[in-house]
Amino acid sequence: MKISRKAMLLAIALLGLHLIVLFAGFLAPYDTARQNRELPFAPPSHIHFVDAQGKVHFRPFVCMMVDRPDAFGEYLEDCHRSFPVYFLVRGAPYELFGFLKTDLHLFGVDAPAGIFLMGTDAYGRDVFSRFLYGGQLSLFTGLVATVLSLALGMLLGVLAGYYGGWCDAAVMRGAELFLALPWLYFLIAVRAFLPLSLGAKDAFLLLIALIGLVGWARPARLIRGVVLGSRERHYVLAARLFGGSDLYLMRRHILPDIYNILLTQAALLIPQYVLAEVTLSFLGLGVGEPTPSWGSMLSTLQQYSVLVSYWWMFLPGLVLVPVFCGYVLLASELQPGRRAAVA
Amino acid sequence: MCFFSCLASAQSTSTNEELLITDNPVGHPGGRLVVSLRSEPKTLNPVTSADISSREVIAEMTGDLIHINRLSQNTEPALAKSWKVSRDGLDYTLKLRRGLRFSDGQAVSSGDVLFSFRVYLDEKVNSPQRDLLIVGGKPITVRRLDANTVAFHLAQPYAAAERLFDSVAILPEHLLGQAYRDGKLDQTWETSASPGQIAGLGPFRLKEYVAGQHLTLERNPYYWKTDREKQRLPYLDEITFLFVPNADAEVIRFQSGDTDILNRLGADDYSVLKKDQATHSFRVYDAGPSLEYNFLFFNLNSALPANSDISRKQAWFRQVKFRQAISLAIDRDSMVRLIYREMATPLWSPVTPASAFWVDAAIPHPARSIDQARKLLRDAGFSWSETGELIDSSRSPVKFTILTSASNSQRMKMATIIQQDMKELGIAVEVVPLEFRSVVNRIFQTHDYEAAILGLGAGDVDPNSQMNVWLSSGNDHIWDLGESHPATAWENEIDQLMEKQLTTLKPQARKLLYDRVQEIIAENLPLISLVSPNVLVAAKNELANFKPAALDPHTLWNAPELYLTGPGASGQP
Repeated sequence: MKISRKAMLLAIALLGLHLIVLFAGFLAPYDTARQNRELPFAPPSHIHFVDAQGKVHFRPFVCMMVDRPDAFGEYLEDCHRSFPVYFLVRGAPYELFGFLKTDLHLFGVDAPAGIFLMGTDAYGRDVFSRFLYGGQLSLFTGLVATVLSLALGMLLGVLAGYYGGWCDAAVMRGAELFLALPWLYFLIAVRAFLPLSLGAKDAFLLLIALIGLVGWARPARLIRGVVLGSRERHYVLAARLFGGSDLYLMRRHILPDIYNILLTQAALLIPQYVLAEVTLSFLGLGVGEPTPSWGSMLSTLQQYSVLVSYWWMFLPGLVLVPVFCGYVLLASELQPGRRAAVA
Repeated sequence: MCFFSCLASAQSTSTNEELLITDNPVGHPGGRLVVSLRSEPKTLNPVTSADISSREVIAEMTGDLIHINRLSQNTEPALAKSWKVSRDGLDYTLKLRRGLRFSDGQAVSSGDVLFSFRVYLDEKVNSPQRDLLIVGGKPITVRRLDANTVAFHLAQPYAAAERLFDSVAILPEHLLGQAYRDGKLDQTWETSASPGQIAGLGPFRLKEYVAGQHLTLERNPYYWKTDREKQRLPYLDEITFLFVPNADAEVIRFQSGDTDILNRLGADDYSVLKKDQATHSFRVYDAGPSLEYNFLFFNLNSALPANSDISRKQAWFRQVKFRQAISLAIDRDSMVRLIYREMATPLWSPVTPASAFWVDAAIPHPARSIDQARKLLRDAGFSWSETGELIDSSRSPVKFTILTSASNSQRMKMATIIQQDMKELGIAVEVVPLEFRSVVNRIFQTHDYEAAILGLGAGDVDPNSQMNVWLSSGNDHIWDLGESHPATAWENEIDQLMEKQLTTLKPQARKLLYDRVQEIIAENLPLISLVSPNVLVAAKNELANFKPAALDPHTLWNAPELYLTGPGASGQP
């Protein structure tokens, strides 16, 4: 299967983004839950290279953000003291990849100043740190849910297509049922029934499992179609005549035909599942506070005052656009014959 | 015999009506007001209405015997021009104004009053108003003394008896009598009713209802109030209630000029509008503290299965020192600042400063102190592990979940702030947002929760409006529902004090009793009070006599006195 140069570039770009969020602990200067209650909705920090006297500094620095006493949410910079930005600093401890305990961060400033590359939210939490950690949750929910959907869809699609008969009928009717299911209401209903003591991590895993399991139907139908076709090929019939078992035939002859479908489906499903997680979190039904996800960060925009006053809260949403475009373009590049249609 | 009399009675020369003369600044007639409603009224029937939108509209179409002035918070004569109370406090004799007519021109008499109370108290009709008219376990009784005098009898003396009459609409027997006799009263006066079928004693009457869009009321030409210069009120020709689905849409409609009043703004929207008011022709108003109180509470229900997770945790929740420590660790000032931009009051008691007379000023307001909180926890037998987690005497880590409604962003923020505060005590808190009805179900039916954040809005400043919360048998005794007997000594004391103040007639004596109730609550903390938001409203500059009040309805309570200056109201809906 030939992969075009464009597809390669897109794949590398997406991979790069995923690597960045994987290193969230290192790249983020602060812990996601840390509230700076005197600095709600602070705008992104100005990085200065030139100080008040006009002198150019090699090392960038930030100033203290002080709130205006008469106005809520409006700040002035107090540059009496400059706080240089240091690199490779020791900060809040975290676990890289979930198991490497360390406290090394790429950059940081000394207290009491803060470096907020994307401003702060309603509780004064650093949006940039939350954006990176939130990306972990949102992007990897998409990936894991896609793997689940495709695994289940592949299994059922191959079985239905290969064996036909009642197996085919049963799987296809089941697929129709799942396609008709209003997944959002289903997930909301399930969330209401869950025991309250479910921890954030368990709730997240359950969420992924649910999103993934609900979406097996479309890939299954597509795969079944391909399997129906390739099952009738001459070399398959020949192999069967020579005594090949079902498993051998599936592995050797049928599966290679569906790799392409799997890849394009993956590229289409991932953004859908990322959006599903973002939607649930946006509605307040995803992973709970203080764990960030792009959806929960965007949900503050539902308030009119935030929408018109604090532009930096849009950033998670703005990043979602190129991510989705990347995946959809990748999907269209991977389709055999390179037809420009988006399925 | 005590004697209360009205301000003055005016005799209209042509019809011999006894009208009420108001003392507001005199306005001029004309104009249309447009107000937004967040949901459509379900009915226009005062007997069956229960939802907020219906009651808002019905309030403009109906009149009551004695009315509570929303600004002064005191009772004043309405349809009853004067009344006498017997010395034992059991009998109230009310004199009605003579010569009044309903909005369809038919005369009003004591027969309508009798009919109205018969309908409200009828168990078959099952009006939500019925419970409010039960004193000492028995419904109040009414009898007719003559065409313009009625006498009410209570089973026991009741301190706030006058307040009972507020918002109990007097119904026209000539329109509803037949429906009542046929048993079909609850099906009359739906929103689909034609204007000719409905009549009331309010400042306005129904003009038209367009489902999904708006409901318009027009001026009642027979309204029984005039201003000092004998102009019959209301000044406005029409009020249109525009249906706007949510708070953010309401703000946008107001800014664009579609509506004239914004009722109950959020603090964030208030700030946005405040910046605009210099360049636009509207003003925002901060009407001061409201009666709403938000609080954190723990599940203290005794009716839970003994070995469940929650009942194990109740061993912590039941300790007073645990609750006191939690309260000391909560950063109320940050809540006031971050959630309400300083337009709120931190609370250490559920009685807010809006009840100027009843609030107990002696309740301590301890400053936030993590050290004090830790000391209390140590005294209660808790300690900390090497990793800083709070552990109980059997070394299990202390953690709990806080339930709150996903759709209420203010309470979600309170939960998030408390979660971070609890971290400083070593307690791991999970915030669980659920859909509002699931929250209500878990708290009131299944009791399947550990802690929750809710808000209650007192309907009136009088302590009797809170009976259901403080009585052990009350429906809103949320931390421990379904108790016929008090579960603790302090709840027993509260029960006795609340029962006693119900029948104590002298306000000062009642206040002493209610102060003691507030002290017990502040000491034992069944509800850990957090904040009370201010009443924030906005109105166009052309609207005169606009006086927002802390009591509901905040903006339209004096609708008869509102008038428009300048070139009339806003344009087409």
